[in-house]
Amino acid sequence: MTREDDAMMDAPQINNPKPEELFNVNYLRIYYGNLFPYTDIHKWLSYGHDGKHPGCDEYYFGRREFSFTLENDVYLRYKSFKTASAMEDAIKSHFPYKIDIGAVYSVDPDKRHAYSQTGTNVFTPVERELVFDIDITDYDDVRYCCSGADVCSKCWPLMTVAIKVIHTSLTEDFGFKHILWVFSGRRGVHCWVCDPKARRMTNEQRSAVAEYFRVYKGNENNARKVALMGYSLHPFLARSYVDYLKGFFEGELQATQSIFSSREKYEKILEMISDEDIQSELREKWENSARSSLSEEAISLVRWEQLKNTLQSKKHKAPILRMCVEEIVFTFTYPRIDLEVSKQMNHLLKAPFCVHPKTGRVCVPIDPYNCDEFDPLAVPTLSQLIEEINSGGSRMDVDDDDSDGSLLGKSIKFFRSSFLEPLLKLCKEEIESSYKTKIAKSKDSFSW
Amino acid sequence: MEVIRSQKRTPTNDTVSNPKLPLYFTAPTMEVRLEEFELFAVHRLRVLKGVSDGLARGRNPKEMDETVDTLWRDHMRDPDASVMLNKDIISHFVLRLVYCRSDELKKWFLSMETALFRHRFRLENFQTQRGIVGEFGLPYKAVTGAELEGLKEKLGQVVRSLGQISPNVDAVYYKVPFEEVPDLVATRRVLIQKGYAFVAGSQLVSLVVTQFRAHLSKALILTNRKWTTTIQEREKDRLTPIVEALSTSYVGPDYSQSSEFAEITLKDIDQVAKTSFPLCMRHLFDKLRDDHHLKHGGRMQLGLFLKGVGLKLDDALAFWRAEFTKKVGSERFDKEYAYSIRHNYGKEGKRTDYTPYSCQKIISSAPGAGDHHGCPYRHFSEDNLRAALGRMGLSSRGMEDVMDKVRNKHYQLACTLTFEAVYGTSCDAGINHPNQYFEESQKILKSKTPSAPV
Repeated sequence: MTREDDAMMDAPQINNPKPEELFNVNYLRIYYGNLFPYTDIHKWLSYGHDGKHPGCDEYYFGRREFSFTLENDVYLRYKSFKTASAMEDAIKSHFPYKIDIGAVYSVDPDKRHAYSQTGTNVFTPVERELVFDIDITDYDDVRYCCSGADVCSKCWPLMTVAIKVIHTSLTEDFGFKHILWVFSGRRGVHCWVCDPKARRMTNEQRSAVAEYFRVYKGNENNARKVALMGYSLHPFLARSYVDYLKGFFEGELQATQSIFSSREKYEKILEMISDEDIQSELREKWENSARSSLSEEAISLVRWEQLKNTLQSKKHKAPILRMCVEEIVFTFTYPRIDLEVSKQMNHLLKAPFCVHPKTGRVCVPIDPYNCDEFDPLAVPTLSQLIEEINSGGSRMDVDDDDSDGSLLGKSIKFFRSSFLEPLLKLCKEEIESSYKTKIAKSKDSFSW
Repeated sequence: MEVIRSQKRTPTNDTVSNPKLPLYFTAPTMEVRLEEFELFAVHRLRVLKGVSDGLARGRNPKEMDETVDTLWRDHMRDPDASVMLNKDIISHFVLRLVYCRSDELKKWFLSMETALFRHRFRLENFQTQRGIVGEFGLPYKAVTGAELEGLKEKLGQVVRSLGQISPNVDAVYYKVPFEEVPDLVATRRVLIQKGYAFVAGSQLVSLVVTQFRAHLSKALILTNRKWTTTIQEREKDRLTPIVEALSTSYVGPDYSQSSEFAEITLKDIDQVAKTSFPLCMRHLFDKLRDDHHLKHGGRMQLGLFLKGVGLKLDDALAFWRAEFTKKVGSERFDKEYAYSIRHNYGKEGKRTDYTPYSCQKIISSAPGAGDHHGCPYRHFSEDNLRAALGRMGLSSRGMEDVMDKVRNKHYQLACTLTFEAVYGTSCDAGINHPNQYFEESQKILKSKTPSAPV
C-alpha cells in the first residue's frame, strides 16, 4: 500500500507528448541495459560492507528489502539480492516501472518464510535510513498556478524552501552529515539521511524527529492551520522563519502567487485571524480599494503590509493574535512533510535513478546547497536519454570518469562525489574501529 | 520471588537505596502468600486502569499527577512504608507475568507502567529525583561555565516558546544525545544542537522515563521467554490460572468482532449512519457520499469502524466501490483501493484481523491537508464543530455544555454529552470507542421500538 494512491485525477497535460512517447517498456529496457547505476546503488546500500575488511558483515546488503512494481501494477515485495550482479539481473529481467527500497531486516527478506519455521530468528527490521517525503500535492490550498500532480516553475520554489529548512535542521540541529535529496520524478522530493546513527534509530526516535518538524496541523475542518503558542518561536522555527520563510513569503511567493490579489484569495488568509473586528476592518479596506493600476503582485504586497501593521497595532488585544503574522507565513511556506513515511522503519521509498512512469523523468539527486538552480522540468527524460544514446553523443559507459558530458552523467557524478564517497569513507572508518574494539575485547578476555 | 501458601511472610527486604520509588531492576527474594499474589495484582491493576482512563480523557500532565497521587493513595498506600514497598514490588512483578504473554498486552502494560512511573517521579522532590538519576547510572554531565553562557539566549527562547513570559532558564542543564529524550524532541521542548539536546533539570523526568521504559521493555521479553519455556507448565495448577484470568478481566473489548446488535447490510447503512454513528464517523460517511473519496486516514478510520459494526467484506467492497468509482473509475478502484479493504479484513498481506480505532487513537491522530479523519471535538474549529453538532440536532444549551468540555480538552466527555443529548438518556460508562457509541445507541433504539424486526 503506497501513499501515492491519494493522488486523485491527473490533470490533463496540454501540449505534452503522449504518455507512451515519454515512457514505455522498450525505452526502459535500454535504460536498465545501459544507464542505470547498479554499482553505485550497491555500493551505497552496502555501507562499506564490501567483503574487503575482516570486520565486514558480508550479508548486510542481502538483508535489504527491495520491491518492484511491474507493468500492470503487479507488485513484488520482499525481494533481496546477495550481490550487485544478482540485483542487476533481477532488474534486467523484470524491467520494473518502479523500484522501492525498504529496510535492512534481521534475516534475508526473500527467505523470511523459511526462517519463520525455525522460530528463533524473528523477521524484523533492524536498520533503515531516516527518510522524508514531501509532495507538492499537499500544497494545493496555497498555490494558484497548478493543482494535483502538476508542477511548474511558479510552485516548485515551495519545494526548494522545504529542502533548505529541513536540510539546515538535519545538519545544524541533529548533526547529520550524510544526506541525499532526490527528485521524486514528478511532484516532490525525497530525503535519505544515511548517517550510522540515523539508520539505527528506533521507530519512537524516528517519530520524535518527524514530530519536531511538524508545525502544520491543519485539516479540512479548521481554517487556522498553524497554531504557534508561547511568547517566542523555538530556535529551530525562529531560524527557519528568519533565514528562509519570511523572505520567500514576501519575495518569490508574492511574485508568483499574489496571495492577496483577489477576494477569494485573501478571504482564506482573513480566516486565519482569530478576531472578527480585525477581519472586517481589513476586509472593508480591501473591498473598497478602487481598482488601481497596480499589478497583482503590487496589490498583494500592499495588502500584506496593511495586514501586518493592523496586527502589530492590535497585538496586545488577545494572546491568540501574538503570533498571527508568523502563523500566516508558516501556513504558506513551511514544509509539509508526509510524516507517516518517516515514522516507520519498514516504510518503502522509491529508489534514486528510477524513472517516473507518468513523466518519463529520472529521479536524480538534488544538491541541497544549490537547490535554487534545480529545475524539475529540465530533468532528463527517458526519451531524451534514448535519443542521446542513438545519436552516439553519449559514452555508454557511465562508470567512466569522463561521463560528465552526458545528460545523466552529471547526476551520477554528483551522487558519487558529494554523497557516496564521503559516506563510504566514514563507513570504512567505523568498520575498522569497531573491529579493533572487538579484537581488543577478545584479547582482554583471554588475558583474564 | 517465592510464592507460598503458608501464613507467614519473611520480608527479606534487602537494601533498597530509594525507599519510595523502586526501579524494579531485580525480582525480590521474598516469600509471598498466594492470596496476596492475586490481591496485590488486582490493586495495581486498578491504578493502571485509572491511569489509562485519565490519559484517554486527555488530562494534562499536572492533572495526571493528581490522578496518580489519588489512585496510589486509594489502592496501594499502607501506613507501614516497608509493607507498601513490598506490595509495590510484588504487584509489579506479578503483572509482568500477566502482561508479558502477547504483544498487545505488553504494549498496554508498558505504556501504563511508564506513565505511572513518570507521574510518581514528578511527585518526588528534586533531591530524590537526582538520587534516582544516579541509580540509573546515567553518565550525563551538567553544562557549565562558558558553554552554558553561550547557550543562554537560545535556551531562553525555548523557555519562552513553551509559554513562559520571562526567559529565565533553569540553573542546571544536561547535554544528552537527542535520541535519548524522544518525547522532548517531538514536542520541541529542548534546544538541539549538532545532535545534542540540552535538558533542563526540571525535565529530568524525560531522561529517566526513557531509561525506565527501555529497561521494562527488555525485561518483558525475557519474562515472556521464561513464562513460555518453564513457568506456564510448572505452575499450571497454581499460578497459571490466576495469571490468565487477571489479564482478561481488565482490558476492554476491542470490537474486532461485531456484537449481537451489530450486523448491518448495505441497504440500512444510510439509515444507521444517521441514527447511530458518532460524529467522527458520521462526518467521514457524509464526506465520502459528497466527495466520493476519502484519503488514507479517513478510509482506515471509517473502514475499520464499519467492519466493527458488522459490515461484511463483500458489502464493504460494494460500498466503497459504489462511491469511489464515481471519482476514479472502477478499474482504478480495483487496482489501488480494493486491496487495502481486503487487507483491513485480514485477507491480504500479514492477514491480521485489524481492530477498529479507539477514541484514544483517533484523538491522538494528526489529520493534515485534505484529511477528514480524527476526532471532531479535537480537530474541528469551533464554528465547524457547532455547525456539525447542530446537524446532530443538539439544542443550544446542550451545545454549550459540549463546547465547555471541548475547551477543557475533555474530548471524550464532549462526545459522551453529545450522546446523552441525542438519545435523551445518561451514559455513565462514558464513550471510549466509536463502536461502543454505536452499540449503546443501537441498544437504546432497539429498546424503544421492540416490535421492529431484527
